[in-house]
Order: sequence, then C-alpha cells, then structure tokens
Amino acid sequence: MSTTFPVLQTAKRGQWREGSGVKLWLARNASQLALAPSVAITLLAVYGFMVWTGVVSFTASKMLPSYEFVGLDQYWRLWSNPIWRIAVDNIFIFAILFIAIASVIGMALAILVDQKIRAEGFFRTIYLYPMALSFIVTGTAWKWILNPGLGIERMVRLWGWDSFRFDWLVDPRFAIYTLVMAGVWQSSGFVMALFLAALRGIDEDITKAARLDGAGSFQIYRRIIIPQLGPAFLTVFVILTQQAVKSFDLVVALTAGGPGNSTHLPATFMYMQTFGRDQMAVGAASAMMIFMTVTAVVTPYLYSDVRKQRDDA
Amino acid sequence: MLNRNLVLATALLLSGSTTMALAGGPNVEVMHYWTSGSEAAGLNVLKKLLEERGVTWSDSPVAGGTGMNMVQVLRARIASDTAPAAAQMHAQQVQAWASEGVLTDLTDLAKKDDWAKVIAPELVPLISHDGSYVAVPVNVHRSNWLWYNKKVFDSAGLQPPTTWDEFNEVSEKLLAKGVTPLALGGQPWQELDLFENAVLGIGGADFYRKAVIDEDEAALRSDTMVKVFDQLRKMNKYIDSNYPGRDWNLATQMVIKGEAGMQIMGDWAKGELSLANLQPNVDYGCVPAPGTKGSYVWLTDNFGFFKTKDKDKQAGQLAMASAILDKGFQEAFNIKKGSIPSRIDVSMDKFDFCGKAAFADRAEAQKSQKSLPSLAHNAAAGAAKTGVFTDVVSTFFETPSVTSQQAIEQLVTGLKSAQ
Repeated sequence: MSTTFPVLQTAKRGQWREGSGVKLWLARNASQLALAPSVAITLLAVYGFMVWTGVVSFTASKMLPSYEFVGLDQYWRLWSNPIWRIAVDNIFIFAILFIAIASVIGMALAILVDQKIRAEGFFRTIYLYPMALSFIVTGTAWKWILNPGLGIERMVRLWGWDSFRFDWLVDPRFAIYTLVMAGVWQSSGFVMALFLAALRGIDEDITKAARLDGAGSFQIYRRIIIPQLGPAFLTVFVILTQQAVKSFDLVVALTAGGPGNSTHLPATFMYMQTFGRDQMAVGAASAMMIFMTVTAVVTPYLYSDVRKQRDDA
Repeated sequence: MLNRNLVLATALLLSGSTTMALAGGPNVEVMHYWTSGSEAAGLNVLKKLLEERGVTWSDSPVAGGTGMNMVQVLRARIASDTAPAAAQMHAQQVQAWASEGVLTDLTDLAKKDDWAKVIAPELVPLISHDGSYVAVPVNVHRSNWLWYNKKVFDSAGLQPPTTWDEFNEVSEKLLAKGVTPLALGGQPWQELDLFENAVLGIGGADFYRKAVIDEDEAALRSDTMVKVFDQLRKMNKYIDSNYPGRDWNLATQMVIKGEAGMQIMGDWAKGELSLANLQPNVDYGCVPAPGTKGSYVWLTDNFGFFKTKDKDKQAGQLAMASAILDKGFQEAFNIKKGSIPSRIDVSMDKFDFCGKAAFADRAEAQKSQKSLPSLAHNAAAGAAKTGVFTDVVSTFFETPSVTSQQAIEQLVTGLKSAQ
C-alpha cells in the first residue's frame, strides 16, 4: 500500500544502500519518476497534437477529422483565401509595430524610473498594472475608449473642437493600428520591468568612471548602458514575439476581426475556419503555417543558445 | 484507509460526472446556447413537460449567441465518444452532422406522430437525410422584417417603404430630419442579413433561389446582382458612424429611442421591443423588408439526437423529440422566443400582432413557393459557402473602395474554391 514514503525516509537516513533491489532502484530514479508524467503529457499534448494537426492539414476534414488524404489542396485553398492574406499582412504589421513600440516605450520608462526618483515603487506598480489584466479586459476597455461615439473623439468634441476626428477603430485602413495601441499599453510596463532589472544589474563603477571622463547622461546611456542590455533585448523580443503571435483574445475583444475583415490575425482566422466554417483542414493548414513561422523565428534563438552553452562548457 | 479513499476518489473523478448524475430511468442531456432570459425561460417549459412525462433533464448550456462555442464543445464530446443526448443546431448544421452519420434516425416516431402533415413542409428537406428524419424543428424565425419607429415616421409624415427605391427615398427624408435612417450593427452576419434582404427584394424569389441556394454563376454575375451591391453601397450613408461591432440589440435600442428610424432584423428583435414596453402597431411597426412582401425567409433552431446504445437515453431522446412538437410547448416557447411554431396547426390566438402576421405570411408564402431558407442564418447554404458570402459582403460593405463588380468576382471565385 504505502511504498514511497519508507523509501524516501530510508533514503534520507542514507541507508538506501542496504535496501532491497526495487527500493534501491526507486530511490535512485525518484527524480526521473517524478518527472515522467509531465514529460509524457507534454510529449502527447504538445508534440503529439502538433504532428496530428499536421496530418489533418493534408486531409479533407470538414466538421470532424477524417483521414481521406488530399495532398496540398488545403494549403492551396488557404493561400487563395483573401482573408488569410489579410491576416498574414496584419500579423507582420502588428508584430513589428507592437514589438518595436513596446520595447522603446518600455526602455524609456525603465530609464526614467531608474533616475532614483521618489516613490519609485508607486510608479513601477502603476506601469506594471496593465499586465495584471487579461487581453479581453484590455480589448473591451479600448473598444470603448476608441469608439468615436463614446470615447476620445466624443470627449474632444464635447470640449469644443467640433471637427476632431479619431475613428481608426471603425476605419478598415487603420483598425489594425488600434490593436497595436492596446497591445502596447498592455505590455510596455512588463518590458519596463525587464529592462529595469537589467539596468540595475549594470556595474555602477563603469558609469562612474565614464562620468569622471566627462561623459553626459545621454552619452553614458547610448554608448555604455544600452549596449550592455543585449540579453535583456533578446528576452523582450522573444516574449513579445510569442505574445504577438498568440494575440487572439485582443482581436476578439477589440474588433472581432472587423471592420470588413480588416483586422483578422492568423490565430483568429484559424479559429473561424475550424469552428465557425466547418473547414477543419484549412484551419489545420493555417495552424501549420503559424507554427512554421514561429519555428523560423525561434530556431535561430535556440540554436545560438545551445551553441553558447556548449562554448561555455 | 486514507489510501483507499484516495483511490476511490480518483476512480470516481475519472469515471466522469455525467454518467453518475443520470443513473436510472429515461433521461436526456441537452446541449444548447439558449442562455439569455427569454430563451432559457422558453426551454424551461420543455424541461417541465419532460419531467411530467418521467424524463430526467440534464442541462448543458454553452453560452455564446452564435453557437460557435457550443459547436466546439460538441465536437470534443463527439470525438471522445461522450456525445450529449441532444444538441441545438441550425438547419444546415443538421445536414452536416447527419452526413457524419452521428444522428439518431427518428423516422419511426415521425410516422407515429405524423410529422409529414404537421411540420411546415419547407423545413422537411433540411431535417431529413437520405430519406429518414434526423432532427426536430423547435421554432421558425423570419429574417425579412423591417421594424420602424412609428412616432418618428408619423412626425415626418412617412409611410414604411415597400420597395428598395422607396427605402432610399424614406432614408433621404429621415436624414434631412437628422434621424439615422437605418440602425445597423457592423457585425458580418448583420451585413449579410441586409444583403439577403436586398437579393430577395431586388431580384425576387426565383433570383434568390438561383443566386443564394444554387449559387448559379450566371445569376451571381447578372446585372441584378450588381444592383444588389449598389444598394448596399447606398446604405453606407444611411447608417451612423459608430456601427462597427455593435450588437443587434443595441441597434434595436436606437430604434426604440427614436435615434434611428428603421432596422432590418429577424423577429428576435421583438424581444427587445417588448422589454421596453412598446406595443406593436402603436409604438413600432413590423412590415416585410422592402420588396419582400409575399415572401417568407425562414431560419429554424432544431434539436438533433446523437446515437447511443443506452436504452434509458434512447427513451429520453424519443420523449424529447415528441415533446418538442407538443402543441402546448410550441405555443408557449414561441411566444417567449418571438418566433412562430414549426407546426402549421398551432392556434395563434395568444401571439402578438407581428407573430400572427408572420404565421399568415408563411401560409401564403408556402402556397406561392416563396418560403425561402435564410442565407445569413445557416439555412440556405453550408457553413463554407455561407462563409464566402459573409466575408465578401462584409468586406464590401465596410470598404468603400471595393466596387460591386469586384465583389461579384470575389464571390464567384470564393464559392468555387469552397466546393
């Protein structure tokens, strides 16, 4: 009935050498055994289903998965779908702007907070707070803020500027940028926290030495501090990239893909095809395209990481 | 002792809660997305009726108005072989599930209860598959309604439009009065609703059949279709600028408050109007959408039953299928839901003015072959083709630079690849 506890106890006492064969084996492999279930689940639930999605993308699956193989047909249909092409354009616009603006604002906030200001903890909390919200909340709040009849446009007009226009949310040409705004608002604080930690890790003696040599603050940041933030930049980049790729909830809450399908992202396209349109195989094909794109971004990172570890060793 | 309890608890957890809850006697687990007030109240009538007949009801609601969330859950349940006994589905979804071979054959019950005589005949092709009945229609909604605010119309001295040309004239006059002519929510399905009414109103019933149901290329490329898209383009200026993403009920509120003159929407809009204590024919009017008098564009909610070997579940399924067509339930449910019965022989005395009008219009449309399935609500075409219409129409409507010709071109190529 109760085998594990005595084993652990004996092991603790350092007597496991004297135990029987099974107990000995259990004690030696305790860590592997403890990890086995999660490894098995990950293998099945992550990698297993990745492979399965790949298989489905080559079939004629509609409502439920079927295994009638049709080669690359679904990929051809995917790329002939105008909304998929909009979604692909959008993810690049969104990801590039989101990552760039969030990094710059996050960095600026970190540098400002780093000036040994009073009540630093207070400001840090304020900037970090949006991170505590889910994208659904952020999206809904910004939907109201950006709605011309409820939010900023109406407010400014009530102040007396009657011709003021700010209707990006309802204009198909600009709606994608409202996603960037909401995303940046959500994530800049987090980026700030990452950069702030990195800034605090820089040896103060170097900056002091530079100051003695007559360098100004701007010079010190530009030539000494920022170049040392390389690893932090990489972390920020990887985290923001995966946030951008999976920002599904933000679109659902803020624009629902509209107006006129102008703000679909690959993730919302995939969901719509699979669950709304009974096109499971097209959905799977789009998932594979997303997967391959992410792989293309992440693999060089992992590769350099592994190589660095090997070099260090 | 402790360990034995642990083992027991784990075993119970793994055995699944549904099988435990429904032990003994006929039972049905019903999956649906009728979670809003009036809908849930309507479904409760069915639950009570079944309990009177000795059937245990187990409720599995999945919130989300379009049913997309429910379909997702339902698929997972079917894939894991734990399908619910019954699930709500639109007309075309019945066909989709039936072709997967997962729906129970109801033909014996249908013969016993004489469904062929009592169910509205235009529904029958969509609730049967390969000659057997596979689903039961609960209600019939009409999508070609025009709702208008009577006070706004009376004070402007206007009559509700009966053609799309009149619609445009009325709209211009309302614009001049400073009233938004048309209340619209810029969600793809609402724009598709407008499109379907324009196709029928401008092209007529035969054109609607060719263009929307048969997806005939000649009809899609015809001048009539160009006029349909041109009409949609005109409507861009009859709506307010905050419409994108607005829910249909908020658009109805605009009509209620008199901020907007009209709304083209199915009869579920009645629920909002009566919640605001407005009376049909006094505060608001209901007329067929422009140019669609004599036609009845329908959509239905149905229940399909999933195959099972459990005798108690089978008994529960048949009892539920039979209860759905009970005259008392049909009356009570449809009054609450704003729809009309799927049976053609239910007394309409307790229904409101618009409900009675709908029932009479349906009877007339059935005689003249003008009772048509709705495109925007999954009755006319399968999900993939409906999706093409949705994408093209909503992109066209919200992007002024797209011409009618371009939209038609997208429609034709899109429909070809969705074959």
